[in-house]
Amino acid sequence: MSTTATTTIAHAVPPEAGPRVFLRRLRNGDEVAHVLTLIFAAGILLITSLLVYELWANSHLSRAKFGWMFFWTRTWDPIFDNFGAAPFIYGTLVTSVVSLLIAVPLGLAAAIFLAELAPRRVSDALAFLIDLLAAVPSVIYGLLGIFIVVPLMRTTLGPALKGALGFLPFFSGPNYGVGFLTAGIILALMVVPFIISVSREVLLTVPREQREAALALGATRWEATWQVVVPWARSGIMGSVFLALARALGETMAVTMVIGNDPRISASLFAPGYTIAAVIANEFTEATGDLYLSALIELGLVLFLLTFILNGLARLLIAATERGGGRPA
Amino acid sequence: MSSLRLGWRKTLNAVMLTLTGVAALAVVSVLLFIFGYLLYHGGKSLNWDFFTKLPKPVGETGGGMANAIVGSLKLLLLAALMGLPVGLMAGVYLAEFGGTTFAFVIRYTTDLLNGVPSIVIGIFAYSLAVLPVKHFSALAGGVALGIMVIPVTVRSTEEFLRAVPVNLREGAMALGASKWRTIATVVLPAASGGILTGMLLALARVAGETAPLLFTAFSNRFWSPGWGQPIASLPVMIYTYAIAPYDDWHRQAWAAGLVLLALVLVANLGCRLILNRRGAIRSV
Repeated sequence: MSTTATTTIAHAVPPEAGPRVFLRRLRNGDEVAHVLTLIFAAGILLITSLLVYELWANSHLSRAKFGWMFFWTRTWDPIFDNFGAAPFIYGTLVTSVVSLLIAVPLGLAAAIFLAELAPRRVSDALAFLIDLLAAVPSVIYGLLGIFIVVPLMRTTLGPALKGALGFLPFFSGPNYGVGFLTAGIILALMVVPFIISVSREVLLTVPREQREAALALGATRWEATWQVVVPWARSGIMGSVFLALARALGETMAVTMVIGNDPRISASLFAPGYTIAAVIANEFTEATGDLYLSALIELGLVLFLLTFILNGLARLLIAATERGGGRPA
Repeated sequence: MSSLRLGWRKTLNAVMLTLTGVAALAVVSVLLFIFGYLLYHGGKSLNWDFFTKLPKPVGETGGGMANAIVGSLKLLLLAALMGLPVGLMAGVYLAEFGGTTFAFVIRYTTDLLNGVPSIVIGIFAYSLAVLPVKHFSALAGGVALGIMVIPVTVRSTEEFLRAVPVNLREGAMALGASKWRTIATVVLPAASGGILTGMLLALARVAGETAPLLFTAFSNRFWSPGWGQPIASLPVMIYTYAIAPYDDWHRQAWAAGLVLLALVLVANLGCRLILNRRGAIRSV
């Protein structure tokens, strides 16, 4: 912190300023306030870089020992100190994809209803409720997952899916109730508010003329929405999906409680699995060896980089749409 | 032929528009279901012991979560002390002093920090506050939550400061006040309602966080005096009790879930109602 402070002071005062000039500005107070707030703002940069540094430095052992093979190795064996991230990366991607397959159609449809059809007051009230849904803590979703969704999957939903689509490899194999599909469903519920909220806002920024022009050409309400309004807001909607994906990748508690926690790669969505966040949550306090801890921290680094990139992309896309509208990109 | 096509288009229109309405209703009913279910199950299990008693040893029924309730409050206090000042000052910088490039960098970093998964924040707080002293502590949990409070506070503070009308600033300046006096005595008080509400929202958000506490604050089945020992919190208790095999623990997990959800939703509801009335809030 102290190094930041001295360098910022050096920047804030022009090089030709002598001690007397500096004192006058100091007495005036503006310069002090400027530098003081700047230090705190720079503190955020410092915290973020320290975060990256700690993840990098503390995963050194694991990176040195396993190298790139860490990502391809399928064993996770704390007893013989042999660690590979493949099952966790697989589980994280599969649960996130399942959740998006459910949440994107649902969320986009709801956002279209709120932005295009519902009267403004109804739309605002429903959007308010949906924002509340985003505030429900994830451990509560996990609680409901364990006691409602898991039994439902074991007794009703699982057998029904198996009966209808059992010939696909995704829906075959034993059904325990816990697994990729259950985790995906819970995740979908958790990310859908984000998709709705951001998509609705983006859709509301589409100029009125676009709709009117389509309607004047004889399009039905749905055609105007689907062929004109939605394409206009396309990149913002993509942004909301990326935002949701980043959430789903990093979500910990609810997934840990319903995925079954078994580091295996299975094609079946009924099979129990594991995600990056879940293994960190479960094993971090039990990691006895230095290499074990280091491997878990490297998993944290992977998760950080994934969400970092996705969030960055999402912000850019949303900002681009809100500024200029999604002309064909 | 053409009337057939028109009929098809009209049908498609009606079907799709209905489906969008169904989707919106489905999502909203999930919220109502969650709240209703917790109210039913939690309400059945909630009793006075829950708020006043310590957890009973494994195998005995009864007991409560008084230590976890106090623990959550202590962790929130730490988070507020560490996170809110940083967030407030950085927000003032962005709104009042920020240039273009550096301010952009700060804003972008803040958004990215906001998107870092909470479990990763947990690892960070672990390496900052647990590794050096080799034991879990309330302080480490406070560090984790404090970091998570910062980004939300920065963005809401900046927005509310920007919403203060220029005339107010010009009035103060015309009276000869320097810039910092204007900010401290005119702009900040004018925006204080919004800023405080934003802070409360940030705290409500971290109040439900479990993942970053698992290996920083850890948990504790007893009272945790001071700040240097492992401490229980409501979210972590819900997690441990929910995955345990005892029916009585499940009952208490529902009760704790209801208390936590009620706290978080009431804070959110109140804040958002206040902010909506002022007509200055971005959702999420």
